[in-house]
Amino acid sequence: MMRLWFPMSIIIIWGCLAILSPVLPLTPNTIDLTHILVGPNQDFWLGFDELGRSIADRLITGARTSFFVALSVVALGLLIGGILGISSGYFSGWVDHIFVRIVDIMLAFPGLLLAIALAGALGPGIENVVLALAIVGWVGYARLARGQVLALKQADHIIAAQAIGATPWRIMSRHLLPLITAPLIIEASFGIASAIIAEAGLSFLGLGVQPPEASWGSMIRDGTRYMLVAPHLVLIPGLTLMAVVLAANLLGDWLRDWLDVKEPKRFR
Amino acid sequence: MSHFILKRIASALIGLIGVISLVFFLIHMIPGDPIDVMLGESALAADREALRQGLGLHLPLYEQWWNYFTALAQGNFGHSLFSGRPIVDLLLERIPATLHLSLIALTVAIIIALPLGLLAATRQHSLYDYGSMGFALFGMSIPNFWMGPLLILIGALWLGWFPVSGREGWNAVVLPALTLGTAMAAILARMIRSSLLEILGEDFLRTARAKGLSSIKAIVSHALPNALLPVLTLLGLQLGGLLGGAVITETVFAWPGLGLLMIEAIQQRDYPVVQAAVLCISMTYIVVNLMTDLLYAWLDPRINLQNPS
Repeated sequence: MMRLWFPMSIIIIWGCLAILSPVLPLTPNTIDLTHILVGPNQDFWLGFDELGRSIADRLITGARTSFFVALSVVALGLLIGGILGISSGYFSGWVDHIFVRIVDIMLAFPGLLLAIALAGALGPGIENVVLALAIVGWVGYARLARGQVLALKQADHIIAAQAIGATPWRIMSRHLLPLITAPLIIEASFGIASAIIAEAGLSFLGLGVQPPEASWGSMIRDGTRYMLVAPHLVLIPGLTLMAVVLAANLLGDWLRDWLDVKEPKRFR
Repeated sequence: MSHFILKRIASALIGLIGVISLVFFLIHMIPGDPIDVMLGESALAADREALRQGLGLHLPLYEQWWNYFTALAQGNFGHSLFSGRPIVDLLLERIPATLHLSLIALTVAIIIALPLGLLAATRQHSLYDYGSMGFALFGMSIPNFWMGPLLILIGALWLGWFPVSGREGWNAVVLPALTLGTAMAAILARMIRSSLLEILGEDFLRTARAKGLSSIKAIVSHALPNALLPVLTLLGLQLGGLLGGAVITETVFAWPGLGLLMIEAIQQRDYPVVQAAVLCISMTYIVVNLMTDLLYAWLDPRINLQNPS
């Protein structure tokens, strides 16, 4: 139970803070020159940054950025990847051939590299970050969906559905989709973790949200200049980022175990 | 065997053409007129026209695409808009640094991951297992743009053992390689563990133990070689993450490699250099994956049976 509640509570707390941030009395962009680089203390638990802005407030508005980007990227990826992957696996033939080639080409780019290049070309801004990450991210879901559909296509209930004249759309949405949701959900929970890291990474490189907007990645970047005098500028957003990403990864691990009980034999 | 090799090489070539095409389109994904973005709106009309002609942006798209391919085939990447130097020279300057960092990081990753994965698999459900897999989960969750500054703070600012940034001196590589290597070690340790767990249930290991081999000997000489085969392929794929992560790590440590070149070029809106850097890194990735697949086929004769010609 611990394995579920620990990551779940972290995600829920930060999720709620992100949703509520517009109505909370936050002043993430208010510059207060009397508080420049003040460290964590009794009155202000998380301290202030190089412009005297409250780190706690920036952290919470940054959470909104992170969650918005992560959820949009995963939702877009699931939608595009799911539709393309399922139909490609189901119809096979030349559609599938072209699809596999496109996926191969997308996978020929190493990890974040294409997203960085795309974000660089599209220009900074949160929408462009979502776009760049979604263009790179849909491939994983598509490949997974296709593989699952290929394995299920010959199942008896699919052949039965075809025999009674169900349309391909009905078969895909009613008979195939429910069976492949579990692996897609597991993939999505890891996708959330990697999208949060990717958004912060792009913002760290200056390709994400623009100042004065806050993002955990840009907070870390701005903080590195003051690391010797005020390490809390780097430590606090980094620890937060790590906790949320760790929670999302733990949740994915837990989901995988919960939905699929497969354990290799033990060696003695 | 030759059938498999030819098929694999053909698919790598198609991948290469796709990658080059996508990189070519990168410049057309710039919103608005790319000339405006590169030169700024206040540039002289003559300069704008010269750049448009120079980049061939006035030609029809298919002709631009063809020209891009033929120029690349001749090893001509064009010139940097910022410094005016041939891009090939810029790439050649930066490649050794990235190679240096990647190889050391890979070594670090293997040195960390092998014992962790071995320990976790042979003592499944023990404290060692949970400890190493906990470490792996942490390693996967620490972004390298945070790990890097953290190591700088501890290793360079507090202890003063290593330089903060740059590539001067033999020990400058330590912190960036640790940053890059830890993330990869985490993933690698998980892969080694699961691959080894599968092998450990095999009959031939029980036979080896029944013959009287010690459990260490059985693992090292019978289980490990078999378990590392699938890891090899995954290692090739993981290299992609390493190369992508190298872009950020190089930026953190001002390591003068291809990744830093790319980020600098993005900041200077020097798009031909961005294209060339992306292409150079992606091509390395494709070639390395091709090599690992061919190596795998050579090491594992069962590949032939799966792909009858």
